[in-house]
Amino acid sequence: MTLEAYADTIVPGEKRHPDDHAIAGVSEGPGSVEAGALELLETEATGITAGLDFLVPMLNGHAKAYAEEHHRELDPSLPEFVALSYDDRVQLILRLTKNGHPEKDGWVSLALFCNMAFDSAPHLSTAQALADGHPGLLAMGISTPDEDGLWRFPNYSYGRKLAELHPDTTPSGSPA
Amino acid sequence: MTSDKTEVLIVGSGFGGAIAAYHLAAGGAKVTVLERGPWLESKDFDHDFLLGSSYTRAFDFVVGDGMSVLGGNCVGGGSVVYFAAMPRAPKFVFERHGSIGRRMWPAEISRDTLEPWYDRVSESIPVTQQDWNDVTYSGGLWAAACHHSGRTANPTPVAIDNAKCTNCNWMMGGCRFDAKRSLLTNYLPAALAHGATIRPLHEVQKIERTPDGGYRVHYNIVDEVDYRVHSESGVIEAKIVILAAGAGATPVILQRSEESLGKMPHGVGRYFSGNGERLNTAILNEDKVREVLGLSREDGLAYEANQIGKGPTVACWDRLDENLPEYSRYSMEQLYFPPGLGTILAQVPGGDSPTWFGKEKKEILKRWKSWLTIFLMTEDDNEGVFGPPPPTGNAFRVSQQMLGRGALKYDPTPNTLSGWAQADAEVKEIMEKDGLAKIAPWTNDVVGAYTVHPLASCRIGDDAATSALHPNHELRDHPGIFVTDGSAVPGALTVNPAMTIAALAERAVPGIVKAAQNRGIDVKYGAPSPDGAINGRRGVTKLALSLAGD
Repeated sequence: MTLEAYADTIVPGEKRHPDDHAIAGVSEGPGSVEAGALELLETEATGITAGLDFLVPMLNGHAKAYAEEHHRELDPSLPEFVALSYDDRVQLILRLTKNGHPEKDGWVSLALFCNMAFDSAPHLSTAQALADGHPGLLAMGISTPDEDGLWRFPNYSYGRKLAELHPDTTPSGSPA
Repeated sequence: MTSDKTEVLIVGSGFGGAIAAYHLAAGGAKVTVLERGPWLESKDFDHDFLLGSSYTRAFDFVVGDGMSVLGGNCVGGGSVVYFAAMPRAPKFVFERHGSIGRRMWPAEISRDTLEPWYDRVSESIPVTQQDWNDVTYSGGLWAAACHHSGRTANPTPVAIDNAKCTNCNWMMGGCRFDAKRSLLTNYLPAALAHGATIRPLHEVQKIERTPDGGYRVHYNIVDEVDYRVHSESGVIEAKIVILAAGAGATPVILQRSEESLGKMPHGVGRYFSGNGERLNTAILNEDKVREVLGLSREDGLAYEANQIGKGPTVACWDRLDENLPEYSRYSMEQLYFPPGLGTILAQVPGGDSPTWFGKEKKEILKRWKSWLTIFLMTEDDNEGVFGPPPPTGNAFRVSQQMLGRGALKYDPTPNTLSGWAQADAEVKEIMEKDGLAKIAPWTNDVVGAYTVHPLASCRIGDDAATSALHPNHELRDHPGIFVTDGSAVPGALTVNPAMTIAALAERAVPGIVKAAQNRGIDVKYGAPSPDGAINGRRGVTKLALSLAGD
């Protein structure tokens, strides 16, 4: 649940059900969690899977300290990071990923993969992910490939002159 | 451990390695190329973001302290993952002073003296001029925006066979259609035809000297799926070593070799340049694209074409003016940058914090089809320095493929920051004119600045105090070791550097051949272009004699 809350802070989505605590519900449509962030993070090829067991308690520890510092009452039935509001989650992630933070690399890596789950779904084959309705790829408007799984765009150019060439262009087409 | 011998050992198979490999093999030398990445063919180049597809196999993203480097990691190196833009560097670049306060390039190299070598590359790859019909929607939009704000714009010269190109925009993971003229289509097959050997998945660790004045090169064999796994190691002895592992790796190999080779020149692992690069993301107003620029597509859309194309097709060169002061000259080029590791760095234009993640960022992701990326190549200050090398390779590998953590530190000087700010401001002026778009630069806060064109970490120069290599690319105080990749380029070029890296490699070859001859290797200089054309050779004949000291 803690990792879902982190992913939902990077690319937020709408709650899956009324009692969804991990997803803060600040954005319409699916976010990183429904795009498969957990599946991606648990893909060993990312190189961060083994570290998740350490990142989760560290994140909750940071959330607890943040809550004490800002006098936030946290729901004791939830992991501390999940119990934070969306805005507080944002502020904490900004702090953890700031230049100079000793754990920056880990939190940035986590953010990178949470973002990638939405914008490129590297835990899935792209053509198949589109065919299966991957919410991130669809939200970005990525088109479907040809039947052989490859993309081709026969129309690609406005096909007309749109600017004057730089006067110092050499015959090779380079700057002088 | 396996042990072997060759005459010329080349580390890396990108522009610097492939060009040297071809000429030396064609001239009769026994050439072995060690490449740390896999050997992929066109059928292996996937249209897929799946981890383990060619996208993650073929390139590396190394996060440093203040600078991240994206580079090739396969046979063909950077040429397999580059966007094939091949402009020649403007004249003023060779006169730059940079951080040393006087001309940083060797006295004998200028645009004029390099021109015949550019011609050789242009014939060999080959490089062609584009016309407006070749320009993609995104390039056309950039051209129209430049024109609308009173600027010029040029279709860029490229190494693309337009008849084969499908404008799929997957070229960063390798070209499936053989439209991109990577080194896999010219120098490398020609080198193989002349007997060169290429060994993929061989990551060079260090070099040591042999009693007879040659070199012994240590390598690890990298697992073809999980690059974190090294199965075995070996050594290979050679009379000449050519390092062409890229500006992010060549200095690391030399640093690690210092214990066995002896002290390295001061310039090794210093003066790194990110080619002054910046990325800006414009979120277009489609209605304004139609109204202000008068653009529309065949299907009635104004733009919505971020996914369509073939990398950069149009650049504005108005600021490549030799009369402007250093650090204020730059090119502004339209570029495609795919989703994945890069998209996260796009910031919400004019948004409140946070701008690189969060709910507003998601809203601009939903408008991804209306993105236009502008790539700025400015004059930076060569401020990158490599820290102690990691145990193997040039980074601590994080992911199975692609992602690593390196020891490069980059703290931009006020000169660099000023150049970036001027370029950012000008792109903003162009793209936000009359409500055309909202634009913001990619953030440096997450993984530092970002370069796809690492340069100058072992640069050539006349001065031992500020360069690692003699003007002939031989490593100072270590005769028989040459460096021919981007690390030899002295500084930022204000344009895409592949053409200049290649031209310098071509120029270095006659001197390397001479050094090989002096070490008893039966080799001659004078091969034609890989396809047999001879105009380029004719153009450099006299220069080659001079460079070989004849």
